Amino acid sequence: MGGYSGSELVDIFTMQAFAGFSLFSVFVLMALGLAIIFGQMGVINMAHGEFLTIGAYSTVLMSKVAEHFPAITNVYFFFAVIVAFLVAFIVGYLCELLIIRHLYKRPLDTLLATWGLSLIMQQAFRSGFGAREVSATLPDWLMGSWTPREGLDIPINGLFVLGLTVVLSGLVFIFLYRSRWGLKVRATTQNRVMAGAIGIDTAKVDRITFALGCGIAGVAGAAFTTIASTGPTSGSLYIVDTFLVVVFGGAGSLLGTFASAFSIAQAQSILGFFLSGSMAKVITLVVVVGILMMRPEGLFSIRVRK
Amino acid sequence: MNSVMHKWLGGRDGLIGIVILAAIVFVIMPLAFDVFRLNLIGKYLTYAFVAIGLVMCWGYGGILSLGQGIFFGLGGYCMAMFLKLEASDPESTKIQSTPGIPDFMDWNQITELPWFWQPFHSFTFTVLAVVLVPGIFAYIIGAAMFKRRVTGVYFSIMTQAVASILTILIVGQQGYTGGINGMTDLRTLLGWDIRTDSAKYILYYVNALLLFGCILGARAIIASKLGKLMLALRDREDRVRFSGYDVASFQMFVFCVGAIISAIGGAMFTLQVGFMSPSFVGIVPSIEMVIFTAVGGRMSLIGSVYGALMVNFGKTFFSESFPTLWLVFMGMLYIGVVMGFPNGLAGLYTMYIKPRLGARKNSKAVVAKTVVPAESAPSTIADNSPSNA
Repeated sequence: MGGYSGSELVDIFTMQAFAGFSLFSVFVLMALGLAIIFGQMGVINMAHGEFLTIGAYSTVLMSKVAEHFPAITNVYFFFAVIVAFLVAFIVGYLCELLIIRHLYKRPLDTLLATWGLSLIMQQAFRSGFGAREVSATLPDWLMGSWTPREGLDIPINGLFVLGLTVVLSGLVFIFLYRSRWGLKVRATTQNRVMAGAIGIDTAKVDRITFALGCGIAGVAGAAFTTIASTGPTSGSLYIVDTFLVVVFGGAGSLLGTFASAFSIAQAQSILGFFLSGSMAKVITLVVVVGILMMRPEGLFSIRVRK
Repeated sequence: MNSVMHKWLGGRDGLIGIVILAAIVFVIMPLAFDVFRLNLIGKYLTYAFVAIGLVMCWGYGGILSLGQGIFFGLGGYCMAMFLKLEASDPESTKIQSTPGIPDFMDWNQITELPWFWQPFHSFTFTVLAVVLVPGIFAYIIGAAMFKRRVTGVYFSIMTQAVASILTILIVGQQGYTGGINGMTDLRTLLGWDIRTDSAKYILYYVNALLLFGCILGARAIIASKLGKLMLALRDREDRVRFSGYDVASFQMFVFCVGAIISAIGGAMFTLQVGFMSPSFVGIVPSIEMVIFTAVGGRMSLIGSVYGALMVNFGKTFFSESFPTLWLVFMGMLYIGVVMGFPNGLAGLYTMYIKPRLGARKNSKAVVAKTVVPAESAPSTIADNSPSNA
């Protein structure tokens, strides 16, 4: 690193760390939904990435609509986030109703069925939106970067996504730990039979939770459009990484999910500066898999594995 | 003699199944297709190795590995490294800046053959490596996971992660591995040109023979007491553990067997198709390999061979004629098999066709119950052969 002066190095480090924050945001937004679904039902949703893609495409569509109404171009994005959530929520609800609920007793089969679902959804995206990547027209205030001082550029869209992640995580936390419905969800997670015995409709809890997890992935998709363009397989690129994030953090633990998303994203991003991108990813994943082999329950675990 | 019959061939029914499959593979296919199509079928049959490995791991052992591509790929790459070295003798690579090393190394400014490539000059070493490298790798993964009682979906995710790591590594280190293109331009095996028509016929038959060897070997394992134990621990792992068995070592054993069978398929793939690339290692091909077994029947060795053949025929046909429909069809296959007929074609056969055949011939009542492995419900164990213990 001979060519860089001390302050330049600090700047590079900060920007690289910030790039890590963007990755962290995508990980957290995707992992939140997965952690809830996986933590509660033990269901592996291989199509989770496609719910992100659904959210991204609906945001792109919203931006196309907004182009015709100049008055709302600056604020449409907030509506787009809500629409992305609703679309993904509804599709998730239907999937649970038609497929997933028949397979709760067979988790390995759920994995295969949801993989099939993801193939179908990918093809639907390809037929509907074309194989080429599309991007949403972003409002002006999301463009450009914030330059606190010379040589240090922090992209605004990255800041926005980070903010969205924090807000959404807060909402999920309130939902799970401060609401009546969250109480039911946690009761079902901890002891399904007993929860059913005291009158909680566990099937309904499952359905709503699954749909909610998908909805959060939809919001992740909306956020995704601000930092990258969307293609039919955009979401599936993140699926294995996200599973590792969830498992590494300890299934069912929100705090663990944050910690692991943060460490994986930062490690990948900072190593990526010193090594090639692929080696950074390999080293990060090998370390994660290695740690999981030593400690299969993940960083934070709130219950014993079955 | 009788016990050999039951053990290796699975009784009369098993023998008929094997004979029919053998007739199709050894006689009908070579007669019905030209050498190009036969080579293609040979390629499908190399996937059947993976499918058989999955019957052992998944159907009987209850371990769903979503990373069988790792072992298929490792076997294939071991063979490809040998063939590549043979194709890169100093004479034919003299235009390179460093003659005598594989072309992709030369393109990546590598001037010396890396140490781990050196032993692949020897054919004996290569044959051993095809079996041992994936076997040892599977042992390490298995030991790390099963000793800590990681099974089920956790295990599936971890195998996926490993498959993903290996793919990124192979693609990233193109100087040592050939990168995304893989190892191409493989020509001869010990001086014997593998690209000629006659070589393709011979390799097809070698492949088919190895496949039947694997089927019979797997049958022997399944019919033994070991096979019964595997079923038991699939359905009630705790009870087997409490009965004093070391569950982890059984799981490791079956996982390694599955890996080695897949690796043999991978090596035969390289020989028949003439290249190996990371597109057979990653997550997507690995899950695709699971559908072969799922369609054929996760409890049936013979069925999974048909599964591999049919899905791949379908894939070739659909992706040539209706490329957009293929993914949708494939997706529906995953969902349909899992929800509609979890035991695949073999399950449909035992449920609908076999009883009628039995009624017509009025043969001895051979009861076969289909098994849907369920996590919670105790399921009956399929037992085709009368007890010979």
